[in-house]
Amino acid sequence: MKDTAQANPAPRPEAIRVEALRKSFGPHEVLKGVSITAREGDVVTLIGGSGSGKSTLLRCVNFLETPSSGRIVIGGEEVRCRPDGTPADRRQIERIRQSLGMVFQSFNLWTHKTVLENLIEVPVHVLGLPKDEAVGRARKLLDRVGLKEKESAYPAFLSGGQQQRAAIARALCMQPRAMLFDEPTSALDPELVGEVLAVIRSLADEGRTMLLVTHEMKFAREVSDHVVYLYNGVIEEEGPPERLFGAPQSARLKQFLKSVS
Amino acid sequence: MDTLGLLALSPPGWGGTLLVGLWASIRIAVGAFGLGLAIGLAGAYGKIYGGPVLRDCLAVYTTVVRALPELILILLLYFGLTDLVNKLMLASGYGRIQISGVTAGVLVLGVVQGAYATEVLRGAILAVPSGQIEAARAMGMPAGKIARRITIPTMLGLALPGLSNLWLIATKDTALLAIVGFNELTLATRQAAGTTKAFFTFFIAAGVIYLVISMLSTWGFARLEAWARRGDPPRTAGGG
Repeated sequence: MKDTAQANPAPRPEAIRVEALRKSFGPHEVLKGVSITAREGDVVTLIGGSGSGKSTLLRCVNFLETPSSGRIVIGGEEVRCRPDGTPADRRQIERIRQSLGMVFQSFNLWTHKTVLENLIEVPVHVLGLPKDEAVGRARKLLDRVGLKEKESAYPAFLSGGQQQRAAIARALCMQPRAMLFDEPTSALDPELVGEVLAVIRSLADEGRTMLLVTHEMKFAREVSDHVVYLYNGVIEEEGPPERLFGAPQSARLKQFLKSVS
Repeated sequence: MDTLGLLALSPPGWGGTLLVGLWASIRIAVGAFGLGLAIGLAGAYGKIYGGPVLRDCLAVYTTVVRALPELILILLLYFGLTDLVNKLMLASGYGRIQISGVTAGVLVLGVVQGAYATEVLRGAILAVPSGQIEAARAMGMPAGKIARRITIPTMLGLALPGLSNLWLIATKDTALLAIVGFNELTLATRQAAGTTKAFFTFFIAAGVIYLVISMLSTWGFARLEAWARRGDPPRTAGGG
């Protein structure tokens, strides 16, 4: 918890706003009208069982999945959609994606590029940053995530934990407005989880806005400002972490917390 | 004349004629392979991402071209195509044009190569892990840049063994152009052999030249593949 209502009476601007989001895959409705808001500096964590829709929700925020209906507003800018729900303006989607750093469960570093090349790819070749400037920025970030020595390595030669830290640095290198984490530690061997969580925690501590999907309940409790429990495509319960984890109201959330602890 | 005399570069030796033929063969092979790659890349993307009409057209193209013997295709395209072009020229009020042997050869073999390249590249593109492309989309990369900077470099390592085969086929298919009177290496060899009656000498010489091209190509493609696969994880024995 970084600031309280008393310390900061004017509400911080909204970074990510999702309104009445619905998403179906064929006849199967995965999200049934979900709304969440992350103000700047918020860490909002989505928890829930498999099939609850939490990853789909995250992937709808940057339109990796096209919502069936609902509104997505990023930094006050609403994503314009056609009547069928697909984005109307490709450029707008690209610009919004550039402002959201996404970290995947399976890292997805580009295998034919070195770690450094992965970091500077989009800043140089899409955002038009001069190469030496991008390299300087990338090296600082690699140092920060503890991969200074690995800048010339190809991803396949790194451990899972190193790959995920490089992927986080790659997302940060675009200087995004917010970060999206999609189960960032789920593909890692248990002994490698800690090093990745430490990096994410340091980002939370410096006041970065993030949307986090995770199964690490202890971690979620420690870093989140707001926790959302999804069940079967709807928000079953949400609130500050102390209340959600300390005094859950709904029977389903109690059951879920018991099953994962 | 002894063998060396027959193969001497200047007349009465026939070495120079062979080299002129070789140069023509190489130019056509490079041109046809390049055209085939361009058609293949467009065809592969069309087959994967195109609409139903485009996909059907491409299916007809790859099916027909791969079904017919190349010799028939060459005769059909060479005479048919030049005939068609000239009919169109005359109909639109222009005079007949002479299509050069090299241009016709490149076009004909390029169309054949394109059909095979479409399938080689389609398979390679589909084998690129979806996460590679998704990461690029998630970072706001436009589709064209994703193709150029992510998909194509990633699939290259997968495509190169198949493309290497296609290149070798291209070098040898140039010999089929002898049938339409194009003066490439095989026709030059036949002329030399027919004139001097030293059949064995000249066909062995031509065979050695094709072998050298093949060996150099294989070496070059191996280097290229090693480069394209520079990011691959180290392999353990038995693929484990």
